[in-house]
Amino acid sequence: MKVPVSITVNGRRHEHEVEPRLLLVHFIRVLAEQTGTKIGCDTSQCGACTVLIDGVAAKSCTTLAVQADGAEVTTIEGLADGEQLHPLQESFWNKHGLQCGFCTPGMILAAHELLRTNASPSEAEIRHGLEGNLCRCTGYQNIVRAVQDAAGAAADRK
Amino acid sequence: MSTRIFGSGIRRREDPRLITGSATYTADIRLPGMAHAAMLRSSHAHARITRIDTSAAAAAPGVVAVYTGTDTEGALQPMPCAWLLPDAGLKIAPYPCIAKDVVRYTGDIVAVVVAERLHQAHDAVELIEVDYEPLPAVTDPEQAAGADAPQLHAKDLNGDAIEGNQAFHWTVAGGDVDAAFAAAEADGVVIKERILQQRLIPNAMETRGAVAQYNRASGELTLWNTTQNPHIVRFLCSVVTGVPEDKLRVIAPEVGGGFGSKIAAYPADFVTVFCSKMLGRPIRWTETRSENYQATTHGRDHVQDVELAATKDGKITGLRCTVRAGMGAYLSTAAPGIPTILHGLMLSGCYDIPALKEDVYGVYTNGVPVEAYRGAGRPEATFMLERLIDMLAHKLDLDPADVRRRNFIPKFDNGHEVVTTLNYDSGDYPGALAKLLEHTGYQALREKQKAGPANGRYLGLGLSSYVEICGLGPSQVAGAIGFQGGLWESAIVRVHPTGKVHVFIGASPHGQGEETTFAQIVASEIGVDAGDVKIVHGDTDATPMGWGTYGSRTTAVGGAALAVAVRKIRDKAKVLAAHLLEASVEDMEYEDGRFFVKGSPDKAKTIQDVALMANVAWDLPEGMEAGLEASTFYDPPNFVFPYGAHLAVVEVDAATGHVELTGYTALDDCGPQINPVIVEGQVHGGVVQGIGQALWEGAAYDESGQLVTGSLLDYALPRADGLPPIDVISTVTPSPHHPLGVKGIGEAGTIASTAAVYNAVMDALRPLGVTRVDMPFTPERVWRAIQEAKGS
Amino acid sequence: MFAADFDYYRADSVAAAGRLLAEHPGAKLLAGGHSLIPLLKLRLSAPAAVIDIGRIAELRGISVDGGTLRIGALTTHAEIAASADVQRHARALAEAAGQIGDPAVRNRGTIGGNIAHADPASDLPTVLQALGATLDIAGPHGERPVGIDGFFQGVMTTALAADDLLTAIRIPTAGQSQGSAYVKFPHPASRYAVIGVAASLTSGTGGGWRTVLTPGASRETVCSNASVAIGGLVPAPARCGAVEQALAGKPLSDETFAEAAAAVGGDLGDDLLGDVFASGEYRKAVAPVYVRRALAAAASRVG
Repeated sequence: MKVPVSITVNGRRHEHEVEPRLLLVHFIRVLAEQTGTKIGCDTSQCGACTVLIDGVAAKSCTTLAVQADGAEVTTIEGLADGEQLHPLQESFWNKHGLQCGFCTPGMILAAHELLRTNASPSEAEIRHGLEGNLCRCTGYQNIVRAVQDAAGAAADRK
Repeated sequence: MSTRIFGSGIRRREDPRLITGSATYTADIRLPGMAHAAMLRSSHAHARITRIDTSAAAAAPGVVAVYTGTDTEGALQPMPCAWLLPDAGLKIAPYPCIAKDVVRYTGDIVAVVVAERLHQAHDAVELIEVDYEPLPAVTDPEQAAGADAPQLHAKDLNGDAIEGNQAFHWTVAGGDVDAAFAAAEADGVVIKERILQQRLIPNAMETRGAVAQYNRASGELTLWNTTQNPHIVRFLCSVVTGVPEDKLRVIAPEVGGGFGSKIAAYPADFVTVFCSKMLGRPIRWTETRSENYQATTHGRDHVQDVELAATKDGKITGLRCTVRAGMGAYLSTAAPGIPTILHGLMLSGCYDIPALKEDVYGVYTNGVPVEAYRGAGRPEATFMLERLIDMLAHKLDLDPADVRRRNFIPKFDNGHEVVTTLNYDSGDYPGALAKLLEHTGYQALREKQKAGPANGRYLGLGLSSYVEICGLGPSQVAGAIGFQGGLWESAIVRVHPTGKVHVFIGASPHGQGEETTFAQIVASEIGVDAGDVKIVHGDTDATPMGWGTYGSRTTAVGGAALAVAVRKIRDKAKVLAAHLLEASVEDMEYEDGRFFVKGSPDKAKTIQDVALMANVAWDLPEGMEAGLEASTFYDPPNFVFPYGAHLAVVEVDAATGHVELTGYTALDDCGPQINPVIVEGQVHGGVVQGIGQALWEGAAYDESGQLVTGSLLDYALPRADGLPPIDVISTVTPSPHHPLGVKGIGEAGTIASTAAVYNAVMDALRPLGVTRVDMPFTPERVWRAIQEAKGS
Repeated sequence: MFAADFDYYRADSVAAAGRLLAEHPGAKLLAGGHSLIPLLKLRLSAPAAVIDIGRIAELRGISVDGGTLRIGALTTHAEIAASADVQRHARALAEAAGQIGDPAVRNRGTIGGNIAHADPASDLPTVLQALGATLDIAGPHGERPVGIDGFFQGVMTTALAADDLLTAIRIPTAGQSQGSAYVKFPHPASRYAVIGVAASLTSGTGGGWRTVLTPGASRETVCSNASVAIGGLVPAPARCGAVEQALAGKPLSDETFAEAAAAVGGDLGDDLLGDVFASGEYRKAVAPVYVRRALAAAASRVG
């Protein structure tokens, strides 16, 4: 059985007939050809595949493409505004919040979710808010700093 | 700014592509006509294959081909072991790419399916029927070495019998260790301990994978591979697949961490190459995470029996140990050197220990092959010593810091030979510990501890002083210790007419940030802007030979090669500038990218001026070749020896056994820091990996050899919310023999931190009478130890 | 990791879902997918058909009606954790929902899916036991309320029939003198509960008739009603009757909690859950600690 789905990824609509078992992450990587979203595990633990579905963070490895039919999906490729990096991208860069970069797309989108729901989180809240994303390189410390920096920058803009 | 760029924490140039999702990792590569491979791996840890039926798989939708060991026999040579440990009775068992008759661990490849689409390959793998005749399995190295253990291999590659599953027996000795122990038994103290260094799963966030593209017309093959060392892969791929090195191009694209697990050459990569050769199509294979746990190398797995001899006033006189090191089912590429050379030679650590002896037995087991994992042998050595020193302190009722002070090698700045014959380069171990204790308010913490537990929570402090060996290493030594390669590094520096620079370098960083630090080296040496330096690495067709990124050697050796090459550029530029200024070279000065006659700094030629003239070559001194380019093969005269001292602070909830790490301070000395922000990041990550070993991580097999911790649902990695901030401080002691004075920092954190956390937890548990707990400190293990201590 | 292939149907109403269930025996219901999809990927479940109920609007949302808090089965963990109504009327539920998985999981995982899945290491079944929830279940013969007691029958086994659809969870709202809490010992890898304890305590004035007969007798605050449930200890979340009895009529004090907590598990049989990380013996031994902590947290919230 194939099912028609229409998913907008980073502003561009993709319409395909898919097998219902197709995961959203494969739709994004293969059919929408946006490979910034990563697959780091097979048990919904690592968070590398985190994307925004209608603005809300979700693990695209634990979501079927058919469930996202009609949705607007934002991946790491869609976060910047043209040449202008998103403040979180800037902060990760400025605070050395990444090393090998593999967890980074999911980590940045998890941080995006955290700041969406809590604009000025404490350090403990940041650490808790990133509990679903694994990083093996940074020990998380500079990721926490990057999120603090982004939150601070957002507060300054207000 | 140019000279001050060395030591500046500039932002990484790698990051823009990584934070925007535009970097290309191996699994992101998609080529026209590409098909997908999936491996069928053994469902048994040890079994004889009696029948394989691939017909249903071959007939499944989208399937292009199914191959078994019968197909690859002869076409793929056995996997080579590349560290031929001398004087150790090394027995290398045959390691086929695809198992044909016997499987020896649950990651052994039994068949491969190639299909048009990835899910079709995975679907078809489920349809392959294999009949196994199960054989008894053994995964514990001590049991595997026992008399009644199931035997994995009958014969080695030379046809010699392998007995007792023993892959090698290696020893290191120095001084009169028996006399030291006899004296300690008579009038001193002897401390004995059994230490289990549990099996760890490296867990680079990017799993492994390969894309192979064989061109039938030209006979050329390109292999994109998740590797830390593309040149070694090219070498070994050529040996295994028969594709000659001149027709073989290996590319390490963006690589998502390695931690040692991407050093080895792997059967699956060469099976992917085989499929591409057979089918004349590009083939991609990407490991799933569960498959990564089953098949990508693990780390540690030592059973250590250690004895320490000391005087009654806490001076260590001898160290004696026996290690059984689980090697897994086969010897991985560099495996024999890890629990031996990188472990045994560092046994005396930063202490003046006059005598020691170690016996290391490498043992085959029905587990995933064990290889280098961050620190690779050195964490196991540091842990051994640091644990025993704390035990000695407790026995003598001395402060652990005090016992360390009584045994440290005094400060030295140009060489110190230790009992294992290594010649440490420079260090101030007492100074490092003193600074750490002062910075952390150690005495005040001890006072707080004396107040006793609060709400059933026991405070513990753990120290770890370490020195490690890295920057591997002099090639003559490599040869002497059986490493089947050199350990030099190379660099080509090319300055273009506009003064922009290309660096082609053999090292292959994969997350550490050397694109940035290498550019800083170039910028600081010839005064160009770091942003004007492009670093090319990870492509064997584009770069000179290099031995890879591991053993904290990339900046230490690759950086040295680069510094030497770029200084050649500066020397040539100076001659050319003198010519252009009509001055003699002896009268020239160089400062910040400008060449001028002494006393006339206003009338200068910039590096850009010189680069233009060198490239257009209109007016060169007689005999000077055109171009501004230099290359170097740098073979280090010695290793480098970073060191430091760490303090962990924990609280243990006695009611449940929960351990909370409440504070951590790392003092590390890696010499001058090219980019202190990157150095700090390496320490953070390294420390947390070591904390992971102490508190959460451990691979477990059941009695049948099945991996119980088979996914991230069971194998616990450190997460953001279980960690305190890591306080990072440093001292700076240059290496006397290195062109830049720098040492390595990639592994230091991991080498130190496991012991620090372990000692802290045991310190907390001391009032409860607990003397020994195996890692990781799961709540149940700690709780049980407390109950047993209560009962005794 | 690829699921085995299956057919897919989307229901836009409860009635449509019922029809699809009847047409496709053995079909699995898909809500947020955070229990089902991991099973499909591991091929531990390979249904011929999946019926997506994720878009049925009537199954979504939180409301308070009189003394009842009603939560639609499709309400996500994130919505429950953030809901002022749930925080006010069923604090332990908000607390537990906020500790499930991680933020991205909570954004899509639903209370209905979680309960129907009945993982013994899950958080919500334990809380719903302690809060005395009622489940509204739509079956082929109409909708019926089912009490939470007896709903969970074992590891991943419930009173739901194959053609049933869980539509809502109803919980009596907490009274003025009632407080609840959920305390969890999460597995460090999976984040599921190794032990989870939910407690709901109601305070009353102690002493009874004696205080009338004996002028000057203290009218201390005592536990007039206690409801305590534990997850992770036995194959299904269980009410801790022995603990509840030990609390009845006693002052809300640390001594009472320690004494009552010690009774946990005594009446729950010997079929203990255990794994390589935490054995049954260990779980049973430390359960009182978590019970005591849950009781103390619940008591601190008694208004």
